[in-house]
Amino acid sequence: MADPVTTTPVLQLKNIRKSYGSGETESEILHGIDLRLERGEFAALIGPSGSGKSTLLNLIGLLDRPSGGQLFIDGQETGQLDDTGLTRLRGQRIGFVFQHHHLIPAFTALENVAMPLLVARGRPDAEMFAQAGRLLDQVGLAERKQNLANQLSGGQQQRVAIARALAMSPSLVLADEPTGNLDTHSADDVFALLREVNTRLNTTFLIVTHDQRLAARCDRIIEMVDGNIVADRRHQAAAN
Amino acid sequence: MKSWMPFEWIAAIRFLREGRMQSLLIIVGVGVGVAVIVFMSALLSGLQANLVKRTLSSQAHIVLLPPEEIARLQSPAGGIALRLQKQAQRLRSIDQWQQIQARLEGLPEIAAISPIASGPAFVVRGDANKAITLLGIDPVRYSGVIALPERMVAGQLRVGAGEAVIGIELAKDLGADIGDKIRVTTAGDATETFTVTGLFDLGNKGVNARNVYVSLRSAQSLLDLVGGVSSIDISLHDIDEAERLASKIAAETGLTADSWIKTNAQFVTALTSQRVSSNVIRFFIGLSVAFGIASVLVVSVIQRAREIGILRAMGASQGQMLRIFLLQGGIVGFFGSLLGSGLAWTFLMLWRLMARNPDGTPMFIIGVDPWLVAIAAGGASLVGILSALLPARRAARLDPVVAIRG
Repeated sequence: MADPVTTTPVLQLKNIRKSYGSGETESEILHGIDLRLERGEFAALIGPSGSGKSTLLNLIGLLDRPSGGQLFIDGQETGQLDDTGLTRLRGQRIGFVFQHHHLIPAFTALENVAMPLLVARGRPDAEMFAQAGRLLDQVGLAERKQNLANQLSGGQQQRVAIARALAMSPSLVLADEPTGNLDTHSADDVFALLREVNTRLNTTFLIVTHDQRLAARCDRIIEMVDGNIVADRRHQAAAN
Repeated sequence: MKSWMPFEWIAAIRFLREGRMQSLLIIVGVGVGVAVIVFMSALLSGLQANLVKRTLSSQAHIVLLPPEEIARLQSPAGGIALRLQKQAQRLRSIDQWQQIQARLEGLPEIAAISPIASGPAFVVRGDANKAITLLGIDPVRYSGVIALPERMVAGQLRVGAGEAVIGIELAKDLGADIGDKIRVTTAGDATETFTVTGLFDLGNKGVNARNVYVSLRSAQSLLDLVGGVSSIDISLHDIDEAERLASKIAAETGLTADSWIKTNAQFVTALTSQRVSSNVIRFFIGLSVAFGIASVLVVSVIQRAREIGILRAMGASQGQMLRIFLLQGGIVGFFGSLLGSGLAWTFLMLWRLMARNPDGTPMFIIGVDPWLVAIAAGGASLVGILSALLPARRAARLDPVVAIRG
């Protein structure tokens, strides 16, 4: 790993606050979060329900705006960006893997993986499908490229979703309970795949999970309680 | 995936194809609406054209008459007239009618001009005695105004010296046929005997019972209008121009110019109100089609909230989401209009088969104007896009965080 002090972090949060409502009914969910993720990190974000994990993930994913503080993606301050700017930055730098797979059922596996490229470029081209095909090969779904999304098993759908998250070669992949909906065997497969991508492409991962077993296999564990980061441990993952 | 197609088109088509049942139902809904509009428009314009044609088959588009004679108040020594009697209008000729005719021939709007000497008369044959309208015509010129040659049912349109053409009703009343003699007497006690050379049917019982066509010269001498004409009939290339042109001619010549629009004021009003009421119906059909499209798309936006959220998370802009749903509206409208035009065409063909006169000829001809189909397609696509505005805005403004979790 590169020296964390001299390189630009993939993600940097400075005193990030988020509150909902206003006046009397205002309630703060995040109370000033500071966080830094370096390139190639493989971090777990854990904490009980309602601790603010998902809210934080939405802010990092530029799906929502913080009420206060600064958020940098690859060194770029995001507070000044309008909706279009946020959308573009999100499309180019951030990949999402959701708990419920969230493929688009009207499209095939290959088309789903190519979708971020299609959205960005506006028109389909051979190159984007070639790349989507390579990604599907890498996640072990070479045989399923032409299947519609809902013709795949849960584990297969999540693999497609991971391939899709990697389509734009993002700096940061945000995974929200990526294995939450899978049986233990599929969950292990999917986790191993995330780990493999991390090692091979040096992509940064932030994985929200309830699963202590999976968290223990990450390089870094960030723990949240009641809108604060209460623990941030780095360790060499026990075993993959 | 077609490589020339933009992302928005691909997504719109896939979404429509995936919701096959919904899409099909709404396209059929749009189709029925378009079919009714196209069928109704074609039927109405066919019907109206037919009615106008029938009405004008025995009428000129514009009739020029001598100016009305007005009694002038003459008050020698400043006496006061207690009552001014309106002057009776005697039959008289149009002054300088040849010059007027020559001038009118220079107007490009005019298709044909026919000077006519006409007036009341009696026709006598045996015991039968009928009041008629005697019309002295130049057959060639007159045929340009009223399609008399096409309306001949027996004999021919020939009005040489001592020859007359009469209507089928009058022939029946008089018991006369081709070659029979009839005697025409006018109020001035002038009398001439004519041989019937032809029978016409102008589709109007009154006209068929009253009009007797003779040569211009015979009518002039019988009606004491030697060298003169009592009216000038005019036909136009564009019948809608009649009123405008009539006022123009009246102003230029000082004659009374009556257009068919003025003479048939009630008829024209009826046509106009028919058109207005059909426009109202069309508008409401269009409105219900729009609401149908909008409601289907609103449901689709709700159903696809999660997919919209994912696409937004992947970097799809609000504009892209907006266009995807606008396109769906437009595509539904377009295909609905194609289906509707096909249905309307089928209806019209059926109508042609079913709606026939007792003699088996089509009741009237309805053309399917290709422009009508093009306008329907364009209009329905536009209505589709407009009715998609609200759902599309809703899709574009969906909060991806909420959408993904939902």
